[in-house]
Amino acid sequence: MLPVTTEYVNHVIEKERPDGLMLGFGGQTALNCGVNLSDCGSITKYGINVLGTEINSIKISEDRQLFKEAMVNCDVPTLESEAVKSFSEAKIVANRLNYPVIVRVAYTLGGRGGGVARNEIELYEIVNRGISASMVGQVLIEKYIGDWKQIEYEIMRDSNKNSITICNMENILAMKVHTGDNIVVAPSQTIDNYEYHLLRSAAIRAADYVNIIGECNVQFAVDTQSSKYVAIEMNPRLSRSSALASKATGYPIAYMSAKINLGYSLDELRNNITKKTTACFEPSLDYIVCKHPRWDFNKFEFASRKLGTTMKSTGEVMSIGRTFEEALQKAIRMLDINKDGLVLNKYDKEIDDEEDIENHLINPDNLILYYIAAAIKKQIPVDRISKLSSVDPWFINKIKNIVELENELNQCKLEAQLLKKVKKLGFSDKQISKAKNIEEHEVRQIRKRMGILPVIKQIDTLSAEWPAQTNYLYVTYGGDANDFQIKSTGSIIVLGAGPYRIGSSVEFDWGTVNMVFGLQENGEKNVSVINCNPETVSTDYDICQRLYFEELTLERILDIVEFEKPKGIVTSVGGQIANNLTSALHKNGINIIGTDPINIDKAEDRSKFSNILDKLNISQPKWKKFSDLKGSIEFAKSVKYPIIARPSYVLSGASMKVVWTESDLQKYFEQAVISSDRPVVISKYISNALEVDVDGVSDTKNVIIGAIIEHIDNAGIHSGDAMMCMPPRRLDKKVIEKIIQHTKSIAREFKVRGPFNIQFIVADKSIYVIELNVRASRSMPFVSKLKNINLVKLASRAILNKSLPEMIHKNTKMNFKFGVKIPQFSFMQLDGADIALGVEMQSTGEVACLGNDFHDAVAKGLIASGYRLPKKGCAIVIMDYNNINNNKILKSIITLHGIGFKILTTKMIMFINHF
Amino acid sequence: MVFNTGMVGYPESMTDPSYNGQILTFTYPLIGNYGVPDVSQRDEYGIEKYIESDRIQVSGIVIHDLSLVSNHWNSIMTLDEWLYKEQIPGMYDIDTRKLTKKLREEGVMMCALIVSDSDNISTQEVQMKLKRTEIYNQRNFMDRVSTRKTQRLGANSKNVVVIDTGTKNSILRNIMNAGYGIIKMPWNTKIDDILSYKPDGVIISNGPGDPKMCVDTIKTANILLECNMPILGICLGAQILALADDAKTYKLKYGHRSQNKPCINIDNSRTYITSQNHGYCIDSDSLKNSGFKLWFINADDKTVEGIKHKKNKSIAVQFHPEAAPGPYDCKYIFDSFKKIMEENRTCPK
Repeated sequence: MLPVTTEYVNHVIEKERPDGLMLGFGGQTALNCGVNLSDCGSITKYGINVLGTEINSIKISEDRQLFKEAMVNCDVPTLESEAVKSFSEAKIVANRLNYPVIVRVAYTLGGRGGGVARNEIELYEIVNRGISASMVGQVLIEKYIGDWKQIEYEIMRDSNKNSITICNMENILAMKVHTGDNIVVAPSQTIDNYEYHLLRSAAIRAADYVNIIGECNVQFAVDTQSSKYVAIEMNPRLSRSSALASKATGYPIAYMSAKINLGYSLDELRNNITKKTTACFEPSLDYIVCKHPRWDFNKFEFASRKLGTTMKSTGEVMSIGRTFEEALQKAIRMLDINKDGLVLNKYDKEIDDEEDIENHLINPDNLILYYIAAAIKKQIPVDRISKLSSVDPWFINKIKNIVELENELNQCKLEAQLLKKVKKLGFSDKQISKAKNIEEHEVRQIRKRMGILPVIKQIDTLSAEWPAQTNYLYVTYGGDANDFQIKSTGSIIVLGAGPYRIGSSVEFDWGTVNMVFGLQENGEKNVSVINCNPETVSTDYDICQRLYFEELTLERILDIVEFEKPKGIVTSVGGQIANNLTSALHKNGINIIGTDPINIDKAEDRSKFSNILDKLNISQPKWKKFSDLKGSIEFAKSVKYPIIARPSYVLSGASMKVVWTESDLQKYFEQAVISSDRPVVISKYISNALEVDVDGVSDTKNVIIGAIIEHIDNAGIHSGDAMMCMPPRRLDKKVIEKIIQHTKSIAREFKVRGPFNIQFIVADKSIYVIELNVRASRSMPFVSKLKNINLVKLASRAILNKSLPEMIHKNTKMNFKFGVKIPQFSFMQLDGADIALGVEMQSTGEVACLGNDFHDAVAKGLIASGYRLPKKGCAIVIMDYNNINNNKILKSIITLHGIGFKILTTKMIMFINHF
Repeated sequence: MVFNTGMVGYPESMTDPSYNGQILTFTYPLIGNYGVPDVSQRDEYGIEKYIESDRIQVSGIVIHDLSLVSNHWNSIMTLDEWLYKEQIPGMYDIDTRKLTKKLREEGVMMCALIVSDSDNISTQEVQMKLKRTEIYNQRNFMDRVSTRKTQRLGANSKNVVVIDTGTKNSILRNIMNAGYGIIKMPWNTKIDDILSYKPDGVIISNGPGDPKMCVDTIKTANILLECNMPILGICLGAQILALADDAKTYKLKYGHRSQNKPCINIDNSRTYITSQNHGYCIDSDSLKNSGFKLWFINADDKTVEGIKHKKNKSIAVQFHPEAAPGPYDCKYIFDSFKKIMEENRTCPK
């Protein structure tokens, strides 16, 4: 567990002396590291074979100029651009390229001063501004292609020069928006046979010329009024798109690519789904796939939500359907953003202002689809919507189908024919229930009575031409026959975690996968997974017996349960979504495998939880529920500020806040949505305290504690954002013993069967419990990896009602002294976001590093998460305005000063000088 | 009733004469997205520019989700409008995956598609009618797809005769792009008529039906082989060439109709992705009775995908090097043919 940097990898190479090195599987980080290793001579020095695409080829695809030259040589057009030094030169170039053009300013930071010129007048203004802003008095004129289609091809190529395309993908928001933030369909929908194969051939020519061995992706921009196209870029490695392409087609790109890197040729490899046909073929899809990004702007009150050339999403979902409308509405539901589809959402605000709509079409943000729908409702013509938004009219017409059907649904009687049509276009029972003003379960009843049921279809890479030997499945209303029947009953369904988002990321996928493996190791022969995240391992069809690439909604899970007739369902490893579904599934008569839902409820209901803690004599920070300001103020006074305010309903903006003063509390009440049925929980915020996480597994009697993890940051920083350390450094023995005692008694009292996590606060030797999560936690993989005990696999024993060993001695000792977890933040990508940490989680990832001393581990962790630790220079210290932490920081300032750093501070110079 | 697994190219497929007499289902569920181009437009050679023959050749289409509104810069009508204009029936909202699986399990089958304004279609009546219909295997399609008169396309000193057993336009276009004029002749043209043009080579084209039904073409091919004419057989043409040299053909259970078929070229061991549309196939074992040797094999089911004459200047492929629809990876077949013709020109034997 080391940072993927040249320095560290070099050490490993020196020690391990590997024969081969693969660079294409670890994203841009691994690729850059490989190029650096080559540049610093390590690869030749140690005689390492770079397996797969060679370094020189990687360099060609990474360097703009080399790439352009290569494309010219293999007859693939690229975007024309020309440098000019005056308006008159610019005018000639712009006329040749045709308006609009992009003016890019040479040699300024961040492209300041440039812009899009749609005519000569705008060109005049931008060019003059740009030339004076440029250090060399030069601007680049380039054709503006924001409204061109954005289409990508995934290519596999072996060293025998066999090349295939796995699939192509079309970006709905055109070139305007970064492909990572785009809504994407596979295969392409709006280009014809000629264009499809024109681009395919160009992609293969490019891969041939650059000599890709393994996988690459080539991105094209395609004109909307002709077959003109340009290659934009090429990634000589596995990417987000290749993961998507793998899941969209069932073709395991990374696996095959690894084999190719080892020297296999494509025709020697088998298609893993048919087991009969060769891997040297091109998948044919008989469904449409839609990828939708998940944005977490709600976590960043001030961040700009506009979509553009910088990627801002934190994760994505992939949906599969037999109509575009079905796939799109499914994708929206999969995002877990409180939406039941494109229209008919419970909490949707009416978008009605035409000017506002048009502005949003021109400058898309995370709500672009809803603005397109609003534009259709406003009767803005499809062509105009397309012109403003750069979205192809075909997609807009499909959205129009949804909007028109919403009208029909609102106005007409719910007859079988209509219901059938509505389901075929991907409407959920919830949407229908809203239109008809009845309950969701009533819609389900009516629908089933009419015999309108979805079918289960297989993804088989060959559109049913060959029988599939695997069960990679999706659910659709686009058909009338299931692809197969379940022969054996008694399966177990494990719910996955949905899209990666702030607060729920790959940790829960690790949980899902290990639960599946654990169940299988404990003798379960039929384990199914439901999940919809294309970036995960849990959605590899070969980890379980049946994979449903599906929505994690009550409706869809019930559909699958009715088909599978499982003996139970596991909701404790898939993070929030799965956990939140527990009670509804239980109410629908589905057996929850794991902790009894009644006990889960006891842990989640604050009052019930407090009562039990009182009974156990375990303290909690003081808290109370309020719906009025007056009571809150009194309570806050009695427990003394600061307090934490936690609303039960979040519309937008940050939900949870630390409040320091009465006036802040008043402001909070003005901004938050608080009423008697939506109360706010106010609790004492214990400042200057330590926070501790405990991860464990219980079988209701035996409790195994994986680890006690100490937060390096003070309590009050969200546990997902806090740096963490194992074992604890600042807790004394007595406190640790007490924590262990509390943990065991809580787990036993709540009859926890499976994984759990408890958060403690330690202040002046007093121990408080903040919460108990009766499910796998974010830190469980961290603990499992560092302590060498797989907590989730142990949990799989527990939930199958097998008892856990009372003590685990073997292998649990760490063979190093300290392990730390460091969060990864993405503030650079989020214009306007406030970088201060607080009670809302903001980090988008994490790293873990080990060390034989605490600082060694922390330093590695910081390097791994992208910080460069300076050896000399200047330290800027931002002081706290109300002096609370000034004494603490002083120590650090003195240390920094001592090792030769200059100190600059805000405001408190006198104070510093004094010392 | 046959299925095709290509995800693009419905206008090209539907106008491919090899589909004559067949009802076609597309496994890709969304059809009609990019509409239909101006089918009357012709290229610089006077051949229909965007489609593979002068009309829709399929007897009907069956799809899942029809795009009633389409969009493409090159489109002038919707698929629905085109079908209506050419009076070809189609149906949508069908579980085409279920249908495809049925064809896969039970093989291609006779099928009826009835269009009626009234709700009362008597299935019994339809079934009776279907039973009375001449089955596909026994039908001779040549009258329907072959040119009636010899046609010249492009004036050139170098010429290729195309024996039209239902040729696709793209085959002609590829030969003309290679610098040859085309003499397109009926399927049953006499050998003397062909030779009278002193062609540099002869192409026996793709087309519908059982190759054994093309008795006249088989005879002609036999003589062409004997006089060592450079010949390129494509699809049906390949089967005819095989039959002309004593090899055998047979019917595949559900054929190869797709754009993703891997074929191994035995000469260089490379695998190429090809476009295919055939229900019949050359019997691999029977090749030993003939002068042909294996050239391409299907990487999946190991069937014959291309043959090459051991001595003569004759090559043939089962797939479609002209693509349309499909990938262009095997366009080099036309280069190989050109090379043979040029060698023959400089040192004819």
